[in-house]
Amino acid sequence: MKKQIALLTFSSLLSTVVTANTLNVYTYGSFASDWGPGPKIEKTFEAQCKCDLKFVTLDDGVSILNRLRLEGENSQADIILGLDDSLITTAKKTGLLAEHQVDLSVLTLPTKWQDNVFVPFDYGYFAFIYNNEKLKNPPTSLKELVEQRDDLTIIYQDPRTSTPGLGLMLWMKSVYGEQSGKAWQQLAKKTVTVTKGWSEAYNMFLKQEADMVLSYTTSPAYHMIAEGKNNYQAAKFSEGHYMQVEVAAMVKSSKNKALARQFMDFIVSDGFQREIATGNWMYPVINTKLPSEFNQLVQPVQSLAFDSDKVANQRKKWTREWSGALAF
Amino acid sequence: MKFPQVPGLIIAGIILFFVTAALSALFVPTPDGQLSTLVAQLWADPYYRHITYFSFYQAFLSTVISVGLAIPIAHALSRRNFWGKEFLLRIFATTLVLPVLVAVFGLLAIYGNSGLVVQALAVVGIKLPYSIYGLPGILLAHVFFNLPFATRLFYQSLTAIPSEQHKLCGHLGLNQWTKFKLIEWPRLQQQLPHVAGLVFMLCFTSFASVMALGGGPKSTTIELAIYQAIKFDFELQVGALLALWQMFICAMLATLLQKRAASDNVSATYGQTVNCYFIDSRLAKIWDLGWISAVILLVLPPLVMVIMAGVNPHLPQVLSDPNFWLAFKISFKVGCFSALIAVIAGIFILWCSRIWRLAGQHFYADKIELIAMIILVTPGLVISTGLFLLLRDLTNVFDYALYIVIFVNALMALPFVIKGLAQPMLQCAQKYDRLCASLGLSGWSRFRLVEWQLLKQPIGHVLAISFVLSMGDLSAVALFGSQDFKTLPLYLFELLGSYQMEAAAVVALLLLLLSVGVFILTEKLLHLKPRTMAPSKRESHA
Repeated sequence: MKKQIALLTFSSLLSTVVTANTLNVYTYGSFASDWGPGPKIEKTFEAQCKCDLKFVTLDDGVSILNRLRLEGENSQADIILGLDDSLITTAKKTGLLAEHQVDLSVLTLPTKWQDNVFVPFDYGYFAFIYNNEKLKNPPTSLKELVEQRDDLTIIYQDPRTSTPGLGLMLWMKSVYGEQSGKAWQQLAKKTVTVTKGWSEAYNMFLKQEADMVLSYTTSPAYHMIAEGKNNYQAAKFSEGHYMQVEVAAMVKSSKNKALARQFMDFIVSDGFQREIATGNWMYPVINTKLPSEFNQLVQPVQSLAFDSDKVANQRKKWTREWSGALAF
Repeated sequence: MKFPQVPGLIIAGIILFFVTAALSALFVPTPDGQLSTLVAQLWADPYYRHITYFSFYQAFLSTVISVGLAIPIAHALSRRNFWGKEFLLRIFATTLVLPVLVAVFGLLAIYGNSGLVVQALAVVGIKLPYSIYGLPGILLAHVFFNLPFATRLFYQSLTAIPSEQHKLCGHLGLNQWTKFKLIEWPRLQQQLPHVAGLVFMLCFTSFASVMALGGGPKSTTIELAIYQAIKFDFELQVGALLALWQMFICAMLATLLQKRAASDNVSATYGQTVNCYFIDSRLAKIWDLGWISAVILLVLPPLVMVIMAGVNPHLPQVLSDPNFWLAFKISFKVGCFSALIAVIAGIFILWCSRIWRLAGQHFYADKIELIAMIILVTPGLVISTGLFLLLRDLTNVFDYALYIVIFVNALMALPFVIKGLAQPMLQCAQKYDRLCASLGLSGWSRFRLVEWQLLKQPIGHVLAISFVLSMGDLSAVALFGSQDFKTLPLYLFELLGSYQMEAAAVVALLLLLLSVGVFILTEKLLHLKPRTMAPSKRESHA
């Protein structure tokens, strides 16, 4: 009995030692899954820091932020990873995040990154994907798709529930401005359906429910590299493509500040970035060697983006405009 | 026991407290004056009016179609016996249980723009004039989900008709229609408000399938607005208000339906319930054959598509993935405990309500059953967010994630237990209350000797339903899951989100097999067989 008690105390001691060195990272499910970049990044970082990196997985970027807001000052999180640039202003307003102090000069993003709270970890462009065995003449601009191509059908995601959906809304807004209401109505004629999330939409497209689906310019890379298929391509639009930057930040209440800082620096290093291209199927944010298939991907003529303040202020109004144009 | 209602009342009290607490937790950060302006704002908003109208409209149509068709189908099934009938009845339970997305993909593989129907018609040179997306798609999905479930409940009522009555009808030479009117319809009528209420609520609060098949923001339900408010806008109060609005509408409807519920004394049998004495005719045969083929055509093809998609080269890879087995283990645990808790709680509540019902106090009986149903119309996101807010100051929520998920899932399965057991338990009391009283049987010994013997089958059925529902649930686990706490549906979604569509199809297939397996297993463990009327399967003991 005594032995057991001694053993128990010993093991509990051990576990406290371990928890003192645990870094909790809140992220979304597919990042930390076996097919995502998470496990390899975890391995590399743990070798460097002699600590335990733990992912707490949530639905998506918005859920990560909400979880943090719900937990408030008592959050278990040291790092949140997986919000996108449109959420930055909202996230900063919570006052729960700390400044990162990471050297941003290594970044090779197409636009200059200056935020002092959020560090980008990957980026990509929204695009409509099509199957070039079925569709021989894809539209070459958003305007062509919206105004002229009545022969096409598309599926996209709901801006009320999904990040790519929100991306399309901002894309339409940056191309059409005040005229977006009418443009949405024109687009509605070719819309098969508007789904809750990316998975439904993409799966429906693969099952040939529509000619095109809203996804990323990097999606074809997955089909080329993992499946050896060249038939899925992104349509290049002459207005440019809307850019999405995925970001991470340190939580103010973290009890492992030093470790958290180490991880923030690690994000913009090769050990993290080399897993992004074929793990998250996005572009890395520093100079990194990419698989040759990435050279075949569409390079946008211009990357479109609103600043985060504007999105935070206008998102609700614009979403209403979208649903108003289509529902009534 | 002196007051047999007490445990049921306590459980109902806990549920009521829990739902109120979770809802009010969302209101806490609101200053006093703002709530009324918020209410006024929402009330005046045409957007919310539109979605209320649409939720109601699609749920009403879905219910009428699902329940309306379930009656002739259950009737046909109750008097015909054929090879594979037991299997078909088990399959019926799985449509409600499959993750919505999987079922939607199954349906699309048949009826979608590139589905089998369109392809087959294209061969003949016909092009469908309209697509499935929009109201037809929503209705199709809701009928697919709910019709089999409704059929099973009606079937259960019909097969409880004592064989004496069938015999008597035969002796009197009653024709089909008269027999239906006099004997079968009263049984169905008793079950009808329950089934209709349940199906209506399920359709009213459905939203992933509505979005996937609805074709655009025209098809928006209140549940989506709640999801949007809580998740995307983080306006907890708006979410809670909309949730209250949804609960109010459904509660009104449930009250109306319960008023229509007939609880007449139906005569009972002490022996067999074998229906082999009806006067058959060719017309009757064709009629039944038509309905049975129709339901088989509705239910089986999408499931077959799920199976076909799942049998792919990724099967061994999924089966050898330790993460799959981890998720399987957790799902299994959650399913087992939630089902047990739900069924025990349900039995106590019904024990309480039937005492009132038999004493003519329908008001109390209706209300306690309504409390048990309330969770059906309380959005999962409201429950889990509220619970999170309540618990976060007390403890580290994630240490107790398993218990929380079990508890919430048990609550969510409770309505199905109530609907599945209400009629059988009431009938059992109608039959045996006097006998038990004269024998001095009460409490546990009465349950063991009387209820258990008679209700094994419906209990086994609701146990299996609760198990698969909890196993397949996503809403409770979404907020409390983590890397170490992942259920099968969550695992499936992670696969879908990482381009692993084929592996996801494998997991969907395994979920489907698991649900059918659970039904077979409960029946085996409880020595049950779905009631059939083959003479060799007569139950000689009752």
